[in-house]
Amino acid sequence: MISTDIAIIGAGPVGLFAIFEAGLLKMRCHLIDYLPQVGGQLSEIYPKKPIYDIPGYPTVLAQELIDNLMEQGKPFHPGFTLGERIEGLEKRGEGDFVLTTNMGTIIESKVVVIAGGLGCFEPRKPAVAGLEQFENGRGVNYMILDPEQYRGQKMVIAGGGDSALDWTIFLADIVDELTLVHRSESFRGAPDSVNKVMALAESGKINLVLNSNLSSVTGNGKLENVELVHNRSLEKSNIAADHLIPLFGLSPKLGPIEQWNLNINKSAIEVNTDDYSTNIPGIYAIGDINTYTNKLKLILCGFHEAALMSHSAYQYMNPGIKYTMKYTTVNGVSEF
Amino acid sequence: MEENNITLHVENPDGSRTTLEAPVDMGLSLMEYLKACEYDILATCGGMALCATCCVDVLEGEDKLKEMSDDEYAMLDTLPDLLPNSRLACQLQLNHEMDGLVVKLHGSN
Repeated sequence: MISTDIAIIGAGPVGLFAIFEAGLLKMRCHLIDYLPQVGGQLSEIYPKKPIYDIPGYPTVLAQELIDNLMEQGKPFHPGFTLGERIEGLEKRGEGDFVLTTNMGTIIESKVVVIAGGLGCFEPRKPAVAGLEQFENGRGVNYMILDPEQYRGQKMVIAGGGDSALDWTIFLADIVDELTLVHRSESFRGAPDSVNKVMALAESGKINLVLNSNLSSVTGNGKLENVELVHNRSLEKSNIAADHLIPLFGLSPKLGPIEQWNLNINKSAIEVNTDDYSTNIPGIYAIGDINTYTNKLKLILCGFHEAALMSHSAYQYMNPGIKYTMKYTTVNGVSEF
Repeated sequence: MEENNITLHVENPDGSRTTLEAPVDMGLSLMEYLKACEYDILATCGGMALCATCCVDVLEGEDKLKEMSDDEYAMLDTLPDLLPNSRLACQLQLNHEMDGLVVKLHGSN
């Protein structure tokens, strides 16, 4: 078990800067991120893009900023759990928080800071009547983990991107019956994959249904039937299916955080701007994941929020102890 | 109307249209402007073509919009209920050519 003062969910720029601000107040941090590396969006999505609105840096590359933030936090020896997602959060009475990841890692902390940015990228679910009742092993899945489980079964894949094409090609030999449903009449995936799928359809190995969308799913405890609707004629058709895999890319979601009884407003966590605390004492939210009047989703605002959060967290952890703010220009940065 | 403003129309779920006057000299995207007008747009990713929550269907004036980038196309393409006239509002910077544009928030009916 990992034990720390502050558990920070999210290792993007704002979470990383919180290490420094907390460190000045002698609080230790442990960061958890679902991505395999630190830096959040900056490292994952636009490492080579210049950022122009970091105070004091007319221009800085996203990855450079992350590297600098890591350097700045180094004296405070932060811990990291990467490639894991926090699933559970529990408060032990009046005491510490206990966080659990999807891999079973347990982190105990006095304070929790949510610096989750956009949230986690999760599979996008189409709006289809009855879909949810067949999730969790009853026929509907949004990703394919073990293709072998579909051997000899009847399957419908929906979507037109690369993953829909690639899985169709891969599963054509494994499953008994495979239908690929796509809303348009053309695919924009890799031309080679498109050609292979077209060839499979021509040879009758798969059933290709174009210009159509999923309209509803039915079954008795388990998925049995997928209903499709043609985009133009609006004619409906039915396909017997044991499995339906909608593959419509990923979209950012709050994920398990949504279940923690925090006040949520339009997928963002409501905070008090005095100290960026949430409605649960000891839990703070900083950076793009929070919301308040006139919120700006800027890295520099997240930095400010990290500083105020740290001072409030110090008071929370050390009630009654008076703290006088010290400037780093006077005192320097003392390692611990 | 001021020289640096254009007129936009938003079709409401009941079919009526709301006319808005939008500035073109503030560097705003259509997403930012619609959010400022308090339309119910999440824009989770803040305008980076990563979430498709600012998707709009362009009812009139589609030809006046700049062509979509590969990023916008790739993100739109993941939507299960995409229409041929759907665009990401965050990728459309307001300009004079867009005067008279008619849009509807995607999925707002």
